[in-house]
Amino acid sequence: MKIHKDHQRFRQIVKGKIREDLRKFLTRGELLGREGKRIISIPIRGIQTPHFRYGDNNDGGVGSGEGKPGDQVGEGDGPGGTEEGRHITEVEVSLDELADILGEELQLPRIKPRGKQRITSEKDRYSGVRQTGPESLRHFRRTFRRALRRQIIAGTYNPDDPRIVFERRDKMYRSWKTVLKPQSNAVIVYMMDVSGSMGDEQKELVRLEAFWIDAWLRRNYEGIESRYIVHDVRAGEVDRETFYHLREDGGTRISSAFRCAKALLENSYPADEWNIYMFHFSDGDNSSEADSRECCKLLKENLLPQCNMFGYCQVASAYGSGNFINVLHEHLPDEEEMVTSRVNGKDDIYDSIKAFFSKGK
Amino acid sequence: MFIALTTELREWAERIAEFARSEGLDFYDTIFEVLTVDQVNQVAAYGGFPQRYPHWKFGMEYERLRKQHTYGLGKIYEMVINNDPCYAYLLNDNAVVDQKTVMAHVYGHGDFFKNNTWFSKTNRKMMDEMANHATRIRRYVERVGLEKVECFIDTCLSLENLIDPHSQFMRRESPRSAVPRRPEDKKVATRFPAKAYMDRYINPAEQMAAEEREIDEAAHDAVGKNPPAPQRDILLFLLENAPLEDWQADILGIVREEAYYFSPQGQTKIMNEGWASYWHSTIMTNYCLRDEELITYCEHHSGTLATSPGRLNPYKLGIELLRDIEQRWNTGRYGLEYEQCEDMDERRNWGKGKGPKGRVVGCDSPGRQKIFDVRKTHNDVTFLDEFLTPEFVDDQKLYHYRQDPATGRMVVVDRDFRRIKQQMLFMLTNHAQPYIYALDGNYRNRGELYLGQRHVGVDLDIKYSVETLKSIQQIWGRPVHLHAVIDETPILFTYDGEQGTQQQIDESLPAPANSVDGSDIPKREPIGF
Repeated sequence: MKIHKDHQRFRQIVKGKIREDLRKFLTRGELLGREGKRIISIPIRGIQTPHFRYGDNNDGGVGSGEGKPGDQVGEGDGPGGTEEGRHITEVEVSLDELADILGEELQLPRIKPRGKQRITSEKDRYSGVRQTGPESLRHFRRTFRRALRRQIIAGTYNPDDPRIVFERRDKMYRSWKTVLKPQSNAVIVYMMDVSGSMGDEQKELVRLEAFWIDAWLRRNYEGIESRYIVHDVRAGEVDRETFYHLREDGGTRISSAFRCAKALLENSYPADEWNIYMFHFSDGDNSSEADSRECCKLLKENLLPQCNMFGYCQVASAYGSGNFINVLHEHLPDEEEMVTSRVNGKDDIYDSIKAFFSKGK
Repeated sequence: MFIALTTELREWAERIAEFARSEGLDFYDTIFEVLTVDQVNQVAAYGGFPQRYPHWKFGMEYERLRKQHTYGLGKIYEMVINNDPCYAYLLNDNAVVDQKTVMAHVYGHGDFFKNNTWFSKTNRKMMDEMANHATRIRRYVERVGLEKVECFIDTCLSLENLIDPHSQFMRRESPRSAVPRRPEDKKVATRFPAKAYMDRYINPAEQMAAEEREIDEAAHDAVGKNPPAPQRDILLFLLENAPLEDWQADILGIVREEAYYFSPQGQTKIMNEGWASYWHSTIMTNYCLRDEELITYCEHHSGTLATSPGRLNPYKLGIELLRDIEQRWNTGRYGLEYEQCEDMDERRNWGKGKGPKGRVVGCDSPGRQKIFDVRKTHNDVTFLDEFLTPEFVDDQKLYHYRQDPATGRMVVVDRDFRRIKQQMLFMLTNHAQPYIYALDGNYRNRGELYLGQRHVGVDLDIKYSVETLKSIQQIWGRPVHLHAVIDETPILFTYDGEQGTQQQIDESLPAPANSVDGSDIPKREPIGF
């Protein structure tokens, strides 16, 4: 087909092989997916040729539905489009599919679990429907539709009293296929700096980044456990909810978090049974040089030898000096397990994910 | 490449066309092609055409559509091309009931394309024309090389919105005609035909003299000016004035022609989709649904019309407003007496029991006739301006939203009718695109190009404007300037081919030959109700 030439050319531009001049117009995140209740933008590359257009200081828009003044409008994207005569519907995607899209877009290799070949485990995946099954697997929507249809055809449907009664032959059940998967477990330890300089904006970035880290690792491992550690000058383990919402004041001593993580691993996650991932989010403003040195020592001697990867993600903040990333580069130049990235805004998240996982570890 | 239409589908296509004609629809012959998903994605990426010129933007669109489909994020149901004969595409793995719905929908679009005034100037042989464009551009690729042609197309595409959609329907002053070359070409004041004894009333002397003066002044003003008046069709201005090689001029012309072809589709999105949805609904529920298809039909119909927060679904808005108009004209809810009625109860019950029961009311009802008239003369802006009522806004639960500066979230502001209407009209007017005019092609007598934005309350995006200015400079060759208003301060953006500068505009800067204030569009004023 002719379009393939155009497509090939587009891919080459995106990869930076030709037409360097267009690279500054690259955009991302056009596709909107829905995972549970949240709408997620999926990184898909595009090139936007510049036009004269209005800036963002306009007066909002018009929507329809319920809502009082002050209520939040869904994370919609402005007025309806102006595409030519065609119609596109929006459907829900599973987390697995999202991770696949992410993986393909960022060209991430599948992760090879380290260590011995693991035992293969069986896993059931729902893949279709059938007419028999346990009630707990009844597919309500399909069943309802069949019953409604049967009643309309039989003439027993009354629009004024729309009661739908299922019969045995209406019922549809989910059916599954058993797939074999290598069993391997992983634990993700998230560490975050909650000192005064990490504001809501920074936390939102961390949350988004952690969402994608989670999605990608879950796609690659059977069992995933997540643990959360927060720190300012002291560190402690918290639950997920607290992790994202806790706000402390005061200074930063990163080594405290590393010490806490070390204890956690020693107690619960021996390295020969677990694939260990550690991510540390901070604005990089450590309190003292001495502590930074202490951090490097902890990393080199205790943490890095144990884990598949240690990811350090430095979030831009108005206050922090952001020096910690440089300290890491300086003191631990050749550590393969350590990957660092900087995130200044939402657009950097995908690059950061790519940096973390592009080695397939 | 195409899969043949099955006998069943062919018969349905004919029957549905008959139903549509019996309801008064009037469309060009319509050819249905059955395509696989991948083919649909390709054709959709080409904007509905089987042949387009080579360009990466089609590849980009194709990738987006393919991804969207692969991950279950969306599926294209129908696609129609405004052409004579009309071409429409069916997806080969759709159920028969879906195909029937699409056919009925397509005949609705076909009728709209053929009869709506805003489409009257579009090329009805665009299928062939697009293929010609493709061939010509391929030839240039062979002659001067892909990279060169592609770069130039990129430049042109970045300017494709700088056209004057209304110019299709009126005779704008041709650039040079304002300055008469020979005395006999001089324009004279309009004289209406009148019998001798009526002449001094129909063509009063002082009126005639005033008009003569205006013409003289215009001619005097226009001397040495290029353009003689602010010109919105910047692509045309560039075509006529920029130093282009023949292949470049041809490509710029092609981009301009295609932009004009697609422009009415943008201007009538709500009406066009509303009209097509109105007809697929009417035809399906009255003529073609079998009992067992009903559920599937309803599910897909309601999916098409679904609303989501923060977005207006053109299908939904269009069909509801058309039905509202039909209902109003069937129950006499129009005219002075109705407009002046302030008792909400009385308005709500106006004409009750007068119109035929239910929504489907046959071809001859006044409501049906009215919507046929509406589809002939209106575009989205005039459609909403004329027919949006407080009752409708209330029924459809429309609200006005904007960004809350404190939290950055989009929040509902209010449900005030005037605000909603004003906002909707603003979003639709000129496609929510800024108004940019060519003001002077010989600025400071140095052959520099001077553009101006007519500011209607919203500032330009600076980053994009500067990049676009570079595109124009590439075509113009000499430095280009853009007069824009940022934060209520007039700023002159300049790009001279090497670097961009900006400065505040004050008296020390020489003025261009024309000013935006002399342009043809009135300033944004509060809309009267």
